[in-house]
Amino acid sequence: MEFIYYFGDVFSPLSFLLLLGGTIGGLILGATPGLSPTMAVALLIPFTFHLEAVQGLILLGAAYTSTVAGGAVSAILLKIPGAPANIATTLDGHKMAKQGKGAKALQLSFLASAAGGIFGVLLLIFLTPLLAEWALAFGPSHLFWLAILGVTVIGSLDSASVVKGLLSGCIGLWLATIGFDDIMGAQRFIFHPSLGGGINIIAALIGLFAIPQVLTMFAKGRRTEGAEVIEVQKHSVLDATRELLRRPRALGIGTITGSVIGLIPGVGGQIAGLVAYDQTKKFSSEKEKFGKGHSEGVIAAEAANNAMVGPSLVPLLTLSIPGSPTAAVLLGGLLIHGIFPGSDLFDNHPDVAWTFINSMLVGQVLMCLFGLYVAGLAARVAQVPQSVMAAIVLALSVFGAYSVQSSMGDVYVMACLGIGMYFLERFGFSAAPLVLGLILGPIAEANFIQGGMIADATVGKSAYFLTGGLNIFLIAVVVASIAYSAWMELRSRRYTTKEEAQA
Amino acid sequence: MNRSQHILGSGLVFAVGIWVAWVSYTQQPAEAFLFPRLIASVFVVLAGWTFGKAVMGLSKVGSGVTRTMFLNMVPGLAVMLVYVFWAAKALGFYTATAIGFFILLSLYDPAPHSEGRTWIRRALITAVFVAVMYGLFAKLLSVYTPREILF
Repeated sequence: MEFIYYFGDVFSPLSFLLLLGGTIGGLILGATPGLSPTMAVALLIPFTFHLEAVQGLILLGAAYTSTVAGGAVSAILLKIPGAPANIATTLDGHKMAKQGKGAKALQLSFLASAAGGIFGVLLLIFLTPLLAEWALAFGPSHLFWLAILGVTVIGSLDSASVVKGLLSGCIGLWLATIGFDDIMGAQRFIFHPSLGGGINIIAALIGLFAIPQVLTMFAKGRRTEGAEVIEVQKHSVLDATRELLRRPRALGIGTITGSVIGLIPGVGGQIAGLVAYDQTKKFSSEKEKFGKGHSEGVIAAEAANNAMVGPSLVPLLTLSIPGSPTAAVLLGGLLIHGIFPGSDLFDNHPDVAWTFINSMLVGQVLMCLFGLYVAGLAARVAQVPQSVMAAIVLALSVFGAYSVQSSMGDVYVMACLGIGMYFLERFGFSAAPLVLGLILGPIAEANFIQGGMIADATVGKSAYFLTGGLNIFLIAVVVASIAYSAWMELRSRRYTTKEEAQA
Repeated sequence: MNRSQHILGSGLVFAVGIWVAWVSYTQQPAEAFLFPRLIASVFVVLAGWTFGKAVMGLSKVGSGVTRTMFLNMVPGLAVMLVYVFWAAKALGFYTATAIGFFILLSLYDPAPHSEGRTWIRRALITAVFVAVMYGLFAKLLSVYTPREILF
């Protein structure tokens, strides 16, 4: 119950102001199509650089929570999911809005998001210390395999192609080695003066997540989305609360599905929302109403995509394995303040860890309260032409990358990585495993070297890295995640081939 | 998707992989390149596999860049490259941002170019945006950016 001790810190004036700003800003950013939660959090990181670690994390956590929920606004009112996590919300939410129940759909989505989100954060509160204690038993070989596991899990589960996902992870691990070697001081892969100090994680994060979005908007040309905002009539929040309580099955399935999926590294909110929607439909006595504007569809999808936010941070805060791409960006936010997840975080910086987690709990309530009022404004912002959004994101990226170290080299690196990532994405590569490789690369290398030294003095490298219960377990998980993803990929290809044959 | 695009994309990645492996296995001191060697070996195998699939026409994932997308993107990309690699430092961040922002708006704004009102709107949006950026970075965060012309 240590978290209660730090609860008051959330309400210190600056922390609460940041929480409020992050929540309201996140709701608006989340509603804007093309601005994913990951990108929003990546663009905010340079601002946290000028804050205390805990205040920076509060801002990032609030933005993470509320961008996921804010995506429901454009999903319901514009039929454009603000983020992939809101795809399932569109199915019934937009139908409800067209039937004149837009306000009710929005209220249900924010109430369900808050209920799911609070459950998810409670899971985070109670599971994290247990896992962090367990992580104390980890030696260099285990930490090396954990870092590899983080890259391979995201690489295989978060990518359309397993090989390309793993290759992206490899590229990230290689990028992390650029610069001067920590032990020998040798130059590695420095082919331009801008790379002398290695690749700055923040500049890389901004480039890899923001610039491909900018180029995607450019590639659409002078086109408008053509979506009209559906006007929202007034609806009693009390009635919406009663409706939510009348649908405990949808809320329960959504919350539990989201929480479980959030705990599995690499499986994002998009999957959580769609699986919860599908399961709620299966167990519902009103199956025929789904897809025609049924409140249970909105409740299940939104409870799930916010319930996964808290649990997705459990593997991050305990084992340094981010559960989602956004969690990977949060890891970057922790590392720039010199804080390492795991036992170090809870033993040496409990104030940072618990105030951050508590702020996510308070943030869920704020998100629900403000979501209902900001929804109208957010929907209008969602209509801002993509040309304006692209120009804003580009300028923010340049200023953000520069402000970290006042270095033009970081701006060049940011732009080069971003342009490269855009084309890689067009060829089926994914940014998330690349970022994971970049972030976890130094951790993997440090433990590889340290483990190698211990191994040379004791049992030898093979025995040290490849034997022992925990090593074998971690290697088995790495192999299983790759094998499972490869099998799923082959299966889906076979289906595609069969469908193509029938066509 | 165009098979040649897949070959080009995966070929470039494969070439980078070979270069990384070559550097890792030839540069000294060897101890500094132990970890890069490990990565480079996996990198080359995976990149070779991807390239081989592309050559055989078996690459399925990734929709590539269509001609229309490319033509739409080129002007914006050109402005972006000039802004990032030259103007930001040579003209100063705020001046370059104002010019770049206005050009990008003019290039991609769906509103008609023939109406004077839309040009005024674009100029106003640019002015407000640059003012917000100045307030945020120069005043609030105290980030000193290169300033050559005006501010």
